[in-house]
Amino acid sequence: MGKPVAMTGNIAVANAMRQINPDVCAAYPITPSTEVMQQFASFVADGKVDTELVTVESEHSAMSACIGAAAAGGRVMTATSANGLALMWEMLYIASGNRLPIVMMVVNRALSAPINIHGDHSDGMGARDSGWIQFYSENAQEAYDNLIQAVVIGQNRDVRLPVMVGMDGFIISHSIENLELLSDQQVKDFIGEYIPLYPLLNIKQPVTFGPLDLQDYYSEHKRQQAEAMKLAKPVILKVAQDFAAVSGRKYGFFETYRLEDAEIAILTLGSSAGTARFVVDEARERGVKVGLIKLRLFRPFPMEELQAALGQVKALAVMDRCDSFGAAGGPVFSEVRSALYDLSPRPAVINYIYGLGGRDLGIAHIEQVIRDLQEIRQTGKVKELITYLTVRE
Amino acid sequence: MSTSKLKGWKEIPIGGMILEAGNSARYETGGWRTFRPVMDRESCKNCLFCWIYCPDSAIAVENEKIKGIDLRYCKGCGVCAHECPANAIQMVEEAKL
Repeated sequence: MGKPVAMTGNIAVANAMRQINPDVCAAYPITPSTEVMQQFASFVADGKVDTELVTVESEHSAMSACIGAAAAGGRVMTATSANGLALMWEMLYIASGNRLPIVMMVVNRALSAPINIHGDHSDGMGARDSGWIQFYSENAQEAYDNLIQAVVIGQNRDVRLPVMVGMDGFIISHSIENLELLSDQQVKDFIGEYIPLYPLLNIKQPVTFGPLDLQDYYSEHKRQQAEAMKLAKPVILKVAQDFAAVSGRKYGFFETYRLEDAEIAILTLGSSAGTARFVVDEARERGVKVGLIKLRLFRPFPMEELQAALGQVKALAVMDRCDSFGAAGGPVFSEVRSALYDLSPRPAVINYIYGLGGRDLGIAHIEQVIRDLQEIRQTGKVKELITYLTVRE
Repeated sequence: MSTSKLKGWKEIPIGGMILEAGNSARYETGGWRTFRPVMDRESCKNCLFCWIYCPDSAIAVENEKIKGIDLRYCKGCGVCAHECPANAIQMVEEAKL
């Protein structure tokens, strides 16, 4: 049993960072992640950690500083949101391409324009092809737990990839929740000592990071990254198992809820899973055979596992808190539907784009989704493939 | 370049890392050259201007005297010919040699 506390998501994450005690943190404030680095800066100032805190002039520089420090051989962390993540874009590829296990908290937020500081997944989803492992958290507890596990996953010798952990802006980042913290010693033992692979500061073995890589070898290095993503999957499960042994809290690629005998199901990620779970319970009381899948891991995408979990479902609603304009649905929908294509018979799948820019997702919305799914279950037909759930007509 | 000598993705260091110091010496850049500097040894006064100005350290010097030009690294930029006060270096098109 860990220590029960009441904290905002941001403070919980800052405490995870304090317990991780990274060698270097780059800090540039952006709402709603500002509080993470603000609180962590206090820990640095108070001598609670011996981290080198680098205050920079932009998120692009923040990620650059992280890359430099990670190449030097440090355990490195930072946090950002929305446009800040977008400004890091080219550096995200350099971090993953150089195989540097940086860990970053992404407090998910809408991207401008128009300017909006509230929670949605447009930032994380925009970075989905940057070669970073991506987790999404339902609440402060999961954000805290995921961040600690991210350190161990990224530094694994088979993986060596940067990891971003998402949590919904304001909904989680600024709400106070009850959660359990591990002890400082438990976290220290869990993440272990960091042994960098080819640290630049090792003068006995001078190495070059990031040389020119043209037609002759670039493809091979990208193939290595693809392999690292594949190898990350068993590592993620093993780390989750070890984490359960310490914390008592179990994690997988996703969490299934009342799915065993479900004929219809909802797939969602982030904070909306809590609302969905509540509505599923209500519907179950009315005898509706509905289940829930909460996706925790988005990269690497757990394709085969989702196929296995959703095989018996007749109709599935995929909830995207992000649009992919002009695409065949939101980013999660495209991949889930693609994953289910090989199943025979395959579930009918419908996409709901919801909650953009922090728009509330209420109980009534999920009830509407369940009614739609029941109709699809009966008729076998999806009327509107991509539906905007929380928008005024 | 023959592709058969190139290694597969399982055989190379991750992230494009170069694990051997100073191996750029093996990366010969002379193949980029269109014009080659040709030195007239009679006119050369060993003032070493070419050695100072050469951006690729392609001028070989021994005992404070010009020994020759290392064509494995000379890209044919012509700086040496331009700077030579004795007019001892001419740039000659590779195709004519």
